[in-house]
Amino acid sequence: MSGDVANKTNDGFLRRNLIGKATIWLPYIWLLLFFLAPFIIVFKISFSEIVVAMPPYRPIFDIGDGITQLWQSFRKFSFENYIFLTEDSLYWKAYLSSLKIALFSTALTLLIGYPLAYGIAKSPRNIRFILLMLVVLPFWTSFLIRVYAWIGILKKEGLFNQLLLSIGAIDTPLTLLNTNIAVYIGIVYSYLPFMVLPLYAALEKQDETLLEAAEDLGCTRLKAFWTITFPLSYPGIIAGCFLVFIPAVGEFVIPYLLGGADTLMIGKLLWTEFFANRDWPVSSAVAVILLLILVLPIMYFQQSQARAQEAAK
Amino acid sequence: MTKPTAAEREKFEPWNDPTARPLVEFRNVTKNFGSFTAVDDLSLSIYEREFFALLGPSGCGKTTLMRMVAGFCEPSEGEVWLAGENITHMPPYQRPVNMMFQSYALFPHMNIEQNIAFGLKQEKMAKSEIADRVGEMLTLTKMQDFAKRKPDQLSGGQKQRAALARSLAKQPKVLLLDEPLGALDRKLREETQFELMDLQERLGITFMIVTHDQEEAMTVADRIAVMEQGKLIQIASPRDIYEHPGNRYVADFVGDINFIEGIAQSTNDELIKIETADGLIVECNSAASIDKNQQVWFAARPEKLTVSRENPVVTGSNAVEGEVWDIAYLGDMSCYNIRTDAGKILKVTQLNHSRTSDAPITWEERVWVSWTNDAGMVLTS
Ligand SMILES: Nc1ncnc2c1ncn2[C@@H]1O[C@H](COP(=O)(O)OP(=O)(O)OP(=O)(O)O)[C@@H](O)[C@H]1O
Ligand SMILES: [Mg+2]
Repeated sequence: MSGDVANKTNDGFLRRNLIGKATIWLPYIWLLLFFLAPFIIVFKISFSEIVVAMPPYRPIFDIGDGITQLWQSFRKFSFENYIFLTEDSLYWKAYLSSLKIALFSTALTLLIGYPLAYGIAKSPRNIRFILLMLVVLPFWTSFLIRVYAWIGILKKEGLFNQLLLSIGAIDTPLTLLNTNIAVYIGIVYSYLPFMVLPLYAALEKQDETLLEAAEDLGCTRLKAFWTITFPLSYPGIIAGCFLVFIPAVGEFVIPYLLGGADTLMIGKLLWTEFFANRDWPVSSAVAVILLLILVLPIMYFQQSQARAQEAAK
Repeated sequence: MTKPTAAEREKFEPWNDPTARPLVEFRNVTKNFGSFTAVDDLSLSIYEREFFALLGPSGCGKTTLMRMVAGFCEPSEGEVWLAGENITHMPPYQRPVNMMFQSYALFPHMNIEQNIAFGLKQEKMAKSEIADRVGEMLTLTKMQDFAKRKPDQLSGGQKQRAALARSLAKQPKVLLLDEPLGALDRKLREETQFELMDLQERLGITFMIVTHDQEEAMTVADRIAVMEQGKLIQIASPRDIYEHPGNRYVADFVGDINFIEGIAQSTNDELIKIETADGLIVECNSAASIDKNQQVWFAARPEKLTVSRENPVVTGSNAVEGEVWDIAYLGDMSCYNIRTDAGKILKVTQLNHSRTSDAPITWEERVWVSWTNDAGMVLTS
């Protein structure tokens, strides 16, 4: 009888323990399955040769080959695809152009997102939730449809031009669609919520009395914002900028639909290599380099951040 | 920065000096939040070098009053004056007053040194001068060892000191302290109270402190203002507030007190004779002008009453018999609740002079509570 009870509690304890462990490991398992595994596959393909076959590359090794074959297959590793990327200036130009477009649009998103987040954080508590919902609301329709809608707005006979014409601001319609301007508009519009939400989180939890203290010590409201509010929102700014910058670098849909022929972005190039040229190895190499371009600076940044925190102690 | 002599301290009563000019002055100030009146037609003068305490229950408007001096809150009506200047509409950053916040409000992204220097930098003070002043403030608050720490690396007491150093750095005309010691434990609180008094005397800055701890107010303040629902009930020195409260509200709010309700019988020779409904006669020395047959309350602090086994009084007045209802032994003294035969509970405290007592008064014993003609006061409202 008593043993039964002991067993039961033991069971419960074990189960709780397992669940506890599982919740800790779940994100890792998730990342392993959906990030690391695909990446390894892409990584592997990037070292192989293109062939006219199905799939269109010569596998370097098969798991079934066994250990002995593994060494053999390593010798088949070819860096040719990477070398090719350095030889053709189109690629590094695309990388640079992507970084530039992502950088500018991140800055623009921050410029628009900060006042927005600030306004929401300072608004009365009861309408804050509604305002936040409005920021997230576009997510309820498909991303593609929203980008298509911008075509309707930006094209020569689109809403925007009609509006400007009707109020007499311009005489001839502006060419907006299929330019970099349209790409910037598209990126800023699409990624704005990713900027606003972390900024809001950082601003909302700020203690109002800090501003009063600053004012009490001789700061004007404006100066108090720059010396207190703004520095205290750095974590939100950094998170928001990363959330916008990283996907923007590899963005494909927006430059494809809104950009012009001269809009050079690596995502578009990757798409062409993969689907039009069916060159899986080269496009894999393009993806791997893109990942390195993004991951290395982030890792460096995180380390310097950690070092700064250590130094403060 | 020298400590005032005992004689000077004795004399320090600018509020009784008709020629003294107040430093802070509230002139018929009212503050409404919507339809709610937080401060109600209040006038008040605070003088230079004074340690002034605002005391009152939660929500009575203490913080609101203080924020009007700091400039965070504009009066709905009336004016606030500082050193002969109308500051009613002056923005906070221009006012020569500083506030120490209850939550300390230290800037989390700056270390203690930078926090203290913050106000000085706004004044465009020279770098070397700022460094000197910051050093001075750190020494003053004994925070030298923590200059490079961030606020979240400090204990509650250290944060309190840092906040104090920051608010004193600009040498304000008035330092506003909103429950500055609220977050400290009792022992640290008592220590800090004395340090605050010491600082205030040395720096000669006017301190205005908000507290709802009456002991704290009595310890630190030159004068205490007791507030209720946005109105001032009484302003007086701690001793006067305690021994001569203006009405029953103040008497009850500051310290413990027993009230005995009755009708004034005779009022000759500054001796008032009161009879209660159940026939108890109370005699009390009082200068108050009281009409015959007026309803009055005799009020006496627990320590002014005596509890004994025999009736020590011969005249038949100022004594009442009862039963010991409750005893609280507090170490330094004992607190008795005596239930009189009329069913009223009287509180009596007695110092425990000796460590051993042969037969201490115990529960359910029959005892007498008695007092002298000087023990209490007569209140009419
Ligand atoms: N911004 C405001 N809006 C509306 N009502 C307010 C506001 N600030 C204060 N009040 C109200 O005014 C009254 C006085 O508030 P105040 O903060 O001055 O009280 P207090 O005496 O400092 O109390 P406590 O001892 O609890 O700090 C309270 O009833 C409060 O609800
Ligand atoms: Mg308060």
